[in-house]
Amino acid sequence: MKPPPFEYHGPVTLGEALDVLAEVGPDGKVLAGGQSLIPLLNMRLAAPAHLVDVNRVPGLDGIEAGPAGVRVGALARHAAVERSPRAAAVQPLLRQALRLVAHPVIRNRGTVVGSLVHADPAAELPAVLALLGGSVRLASRGGEREIPAARFFTGPMESALRPGELAVSAFFPALPARSGTAFHEVARRHGDYAMAGVAAAVTLDEDFTIAAARVACVSVGPVPVVVDVTAACGRRPASSVPWDAVADAVRERIEPEGDIHATADYRRHLTGVLAVRALRDAAGAARGEES
Amino acid sequence: MTTKLFGEPVRRREDARLITGRGRYLDDLGAGALAAAFVRSPHAHARILDIDVSAALDVDGLVAIYTWEDLPGALAEPLPLLIPHPALTHGRTAYPLAREIVRHVGEPVVMVVARDRYVAEDACALIRVDYEIRKPVVGVEEAVRGVHLVHEDVPGNVGAHLVQEVPGPGGVTAREVIEAAPHRLEFRLDIERSASMPLEGRGVYARWDADDGSLRVYSSTQTSTSVRMAIAARLGLPLPKVEVIAPDVGGGFGVKIVHPWPEELLVPWAARLLNREVKWTEDRREHFVSSSHERGQVQHVRVGFDDDGRVLGLDVEILHDHGAYTPYGIIVPIITSTQLLGPYKVGAYRVEFSSVYTNTVQVTPYRGAGRPQGVFCMERTMDRIAAHLGKDRTEVRAANFIQPHEFPYDQGMTFQDGRPLIYDSGDYPEALRMLKELIGWDDFPAMKAAAAAEGRRLGIGVGCYVEGTGVGPYEGGHVQITSDGRVHVSTGLTSQGQGHETVFAQIAATELGVPIEKVSVVTGDTRRFGYAVGTFASRAAVMSGNAIALACRKVREKALRIAAEALEADPRDLEITDGMVHVAGVPSASIPLATVAVLSNPLRYAFDEEAQRATQFAGPASGDRPPVAEGEEPGLEGRGYYSPVRSTFAAGMHAAIVETDPDTAEIKILRYAVVHDCGKLINPMIVEGQIHGGVAQGVGGALYEKMAYDEHGQLLNASFMDFLMPYATEVPRIETAHLETPSPLNPLGIKGAGEAGVIPVSAVIASAVEDAEGIPITGMPISPSDLYALRRSR
Repeated sequence: MKPPPFEYHGPVTLGEALDVLAEVGPDGKVLAGGQSLIPLLNMRLAAPAHLVDVNRVPGLDGIEAGPAGVRVGALARHAAVERSPRAAAVQPLLRQALRLVAHPVIRNRGTVVGSLVHADPAAELPAVLALLGGSVRLASRGGEREIPAARFFTGPMESALRPGELAVSAFFPALPARSGTAFHEVARRHGDYAMAGVAAAVTLDEDFTIAAARVACVSVGPVPVVVDVTAACGRRPASSVPWDAVADAVRERIEPEGDIHATADYRRHLTGVLAVRALRDAAGAARGEES
Repeated sequence: MTTKLFGEPVRRREDARLITGRGRYLDDLGAGALAAAFVRSPHAHARILDIDVSAALDVDGLVAIYTWEDLPGALAEPLPLLIPHPALTHGRTAYPLAREIVRHVGEPVVMVVARDRYVAEDACALIRVDYEIRKPVVGVEEAVRGVHLVHEDVPGNVGAHLVQEVPGPGGVTAREVIEAAPHRLEFRLDIERSASMPLEGRGVYARWDADDGSLRVYSSTQTSTSVRMAIAARLGLPLPKVEVIAPDVGGGFGVKIVHPWPEELLVPWAARLLNREVKWTEDRREHFVSSSHERGQVQHVRVGFDDDGRVLGLDVEILHDHGAYTPYGIIVPIITSTQLLGPYKVGAYRVEFSSVYTNTVQVTPYRGAGRPQGVFCMERTMDRIAAHLGKDRTEVRAANFIQPHEFPYDQGMTFQDGRPLIYDSGDYPEALRMLKELIGWDDFPAMKAAAAAEGRRLGIGVGCYVEGTGVGPYEGGHVQITSDGRVHVSTGLTSQGQGHETVFAQIAATELGVPIEKVSVVTGDTRRFGYAVGTFASRAAVMSGNAIALACRKVREKALRIAAEALEADPRDLEITDGMVHVAGVPSASIPLATVAVLSNPLRYAFDEEAQRATQFAGPASGDRPPVAEGEEPGLEGRGYYSPVRSTFAAGMHAAIVETDPDTAEIKILRYAVVHDCGKLINPMIVEGQIHGGVAQGVGGALYEKMAYDEHGQLLNASFMDFLMPYATEVPRIETAHLETPSPLNPLGIKGAGEAGVIPVSAVIASAVEDAEGIPITGMPISPSDLYALRRSR
C-alpha cells in the first residue's frame, strides 16, 4: 500500500498554486488535509501525476462568521471550525455536523472544503451545504466563480470543480430568526460513515407553528438529498405534527442502495426515523430549547 | 516482602517500552534492507496462463523477480501440513508461490525484490499475469454440493469428515435417545467469518552472513523455534546456522502460529541468493486476503431433553469452511465439536463435521479457535430448551452442570492434543451463583418492566464455557543467576503483548526470593532457547510458567547447596530473601546470591574483586575432589521442562444486559459481567486485561465483524473502513469476578486465560437480544440492519 509515483508541488502563494494547477490540468490533484486522498493514493485507487500541496499557501485557513453566514477557507480544519464559537453562533449546524465527522485526529487534519470537494454522498458536510443552500468558491487563473450547492454536487464523488480550479472557500448561510437545526445519524461504529443521516433546519412563525422545514439526507442517493417537508408538517406546532406522515414523505423522496452494512430497506426506514428525530430537535432548538 | 509476587497485580514491565514508541516491531528493523512485495491473485479461482514481467524490468531500483519456476528443491514443494489427522483424508496446502492454479484472491504469484517498497509495488503493478478464470466455490453449502471443485482431486470439496459418538448409558446412541426423549427441538445456526486481525500484520526480515554461512531471520511469529526448523529444512541449511527471533510482536491472536508462511521461506531464500538483507512487511490489504480467517460454520442441531431441561441426547452436524487450504489441519472443527459440551453433562452426544474447501482465504485458529462456534451452539440450545419449557435460562444450565465432586470428569472424547477430554477441576454452580449476583440476574425482570414502561427494550443474556488450555507437548525455561546478582530467564515461546516479561519475572522472583527488578525475561529468541512449541491455545503461562518455576527450583536448590557450604550450615535451614541466602531466623548468617553465583563457577582468572573468591588460591583447597564435582556443572543456572499429561480446563460465565432501539434497531450493550476461573492467578490485573481484550474481540464477532465475500470470491470489505472491529466506543465497561479452582495437573495450579474472554460473547449477546426482542436469534453477527429485517419478517 504505497502510492504510485507522482510529482509533488508545494506552492507558497495562491497565484503560484493556480499556475501549477493550470499547468497540470486534469493530471493534478490538490492536497489539503489528505484524509481521503492519501488512502486513495496508498491503495492505488487514484494515481494523479501531480500532487499540488496547498498547505503553505497563506490566507486560506480563514473562518469568517458574519450576520449572513460563515465563510470557511480551504485550509480551515474540521476541528478549527468545530471549535469556533462565532461559527457555531451564526450557524450551529456546522458544529452539530462536525462532531459526527470521523474521529478527532481526523478532524484535526481534514478540511471542511476538502470534504465538500470530495463530494462523498455519505459525508455530513455536503448535506449541510445542500440543506443550507450554501456555495463553494472556485478559483482559477482565469478568475473566480461561486457555485451554489445544488449545482456543486454532481454525482457520487463528483463535483462541479474543473481541472485547474482550486476550491478556495465555502459559504454556509445563516438561517432566519426563530430557526433551529439538528443532525442525527446512525453509523455502524462511532465515527464511521453513516448508514443513514439527516440534517434538519426548521423555522418557526411567531406562534411557534412550523413555517419552513427542510432535511438533507446522507447515504441515500448519489448526492445529498434535500427534501422540503414544510407542507407535510402542515403549519402546526411541532407537538401536533403528524410525524409518521413526515417520515413517509422523506422516505418517498430517497433512493437508498443496499451494501454490506445495511439493506436499502433498512436505510429507507432509518432515514425516516432520523428525519423525525432531527426535525423535532431542530424545532426545539428554534424555540430556544436545548436539544 | 518484595519477592512474594505470585498472585499480585504487578504492573506490566513491558508497557513503558511498548506504549512510548520504544517497542521494536518487525518493520522497525532492517532500515537498509531491500523490500519484497508480491503480485497476488485478483481471482478466486483461475489457471495461470502466462506471467509477463518484461514491463517491470525497466523499473529503476528493481533487484529481482521470482515465480514458482525459480524455486529450488524443497522450496518448490507445497507448504507443510502442520497437523495431520486420520480424518483429514484430503489435506491440501499451497505452494510458496502459486503453481498453475490460484485458489483464492490474494494467493501470492510473483515475488518482487527492490530498493524499497514503493519501487517494489511499482514493479508489481507492471507485471502482467494472464489467467483463465474458473468458477469459484464460495460458501459451505455450495461447496458440499460439489458441482465445482476447489481442488480437482478432492471430490465434493470435502477435506475431512469426522463423526464422534459418546453413547449414553447402556451404549444407546444420541439419535436413539433423542427419538425417545420427552421433548425434542431441531434448528439451524449460522456463524460468520472473522479474523485475528492483529494491528501489526505479518513480517519477515532476513540477514544472510555469506562468510559464516549463517542466516538470521526476524519474524512476527507466534513460534520462532518452529519457523527456524521449517526454514532450515526447506532451505537445506544446518539448524545451528539458522537463528530466528520474534521481536516485539503487535498481536497474533492465532494467525501468526501458522507457519511457515510463504514469505517466511521466500524472504530468507532471497536474502541468501542475493546476499543482501531483505524485508517484507505485510500491509493491511494483504493481511485480509493472504493470511487466515476463522469462525464460519453452519450447524444443524437436534436435542432431546426431559422436563427439567436436562439434555438427554444432542446431535450436531457441522459444516466447517476451511477455505482453500488446510495447513493447520482440522484443529478448529475438532475444538468446536469437543468444547461444545462446555460445563455440561450431556446424556448422549453425536457430533459430525465436514470440513470443506472453498475459494476463500484459508481458515486457521483465531483466539477462541472453534470454541465460540461450539459455545454458540450449546448456549443457543440451552436457551431454546428454557424457552420451550418456560424455565429460567440459568436454571436449565444449572440442571446440566457437572458438579464439583465429579472431577476429574471424563467427557469421553479425544481433545485437540490427542489426549482424553478429561476436565481436571472446576466449580460451575459457584461460578453461576457469582455471575447472577454480579449482573443482578434475579432483579432484572423488574428492571426490564420499568424500562418497558418508558418504551425501552432491555434484554439479559448468559453464556457458559469450558476451555481446554495449556496443551502440550511441552515448554522449557532456562534460568541463570550471574555474578552480579541478576537473574536471566528465557523461554522459547514467543510474546505478542500478553505480559510475559512481567508474569514470568513474577514467577522467578517468587521462586528464587529475589527482587523482580533483578529479573529479566527473554522469549521467542532461538539464540537463547531452542526448544519450544509456541504461543497459542492459552498455553504460555501454564507451559512456560511451570517450566520456569521448575528451572528456578533447580537453581534454588543448587544455590542453597553452595551457600550452605559457605555458611557452614545445613541447606534445609536456609532461606532466600531479597536476593540474600540466610539461615532461617539468623539474618546475619547470610551470603548474597551474587556471591553464590561467583562460587558456583570455579575460576582460574579473577576479573574483579568478587571473582577472586572463586579462584584457586582463595580458600582452603580440597585435595580429594575436583573443583567441579561429578554430576555438577559450573554456573548457577538450570533448565526445566514442563510436559503435561493433558490439558487443564479453565471455565467462565458471562452475562450481558442490552438495549435495542425500537425504531432504529441499534443494539447497545449496557452492562457486561464476567466470572472467570483460570485456577491460581499469577497476576489478576493481566488476567483482567486478557479478559477485556477477549470480550472486545467477542463484541466484534457478535455485532460487527464479517468477511463479506461475493459470489465471485471477492472480499468486499478488505479494509479497516469496512471490516468493522469495535472501537473503544463500542466496547462496554467489563465487570469481572474471579473464582480460583487450582489445576491439580501442574506445580503452580494454573490454567490458561488468553482466549477466555472472547469465547462466549456471541452466545451471550444473542441470548440478550433474543430476550429483548422475543425473536429467535440464530446467527451471528447481528447488525441493526439484520435486526430490522428480523422484525419485519415476523
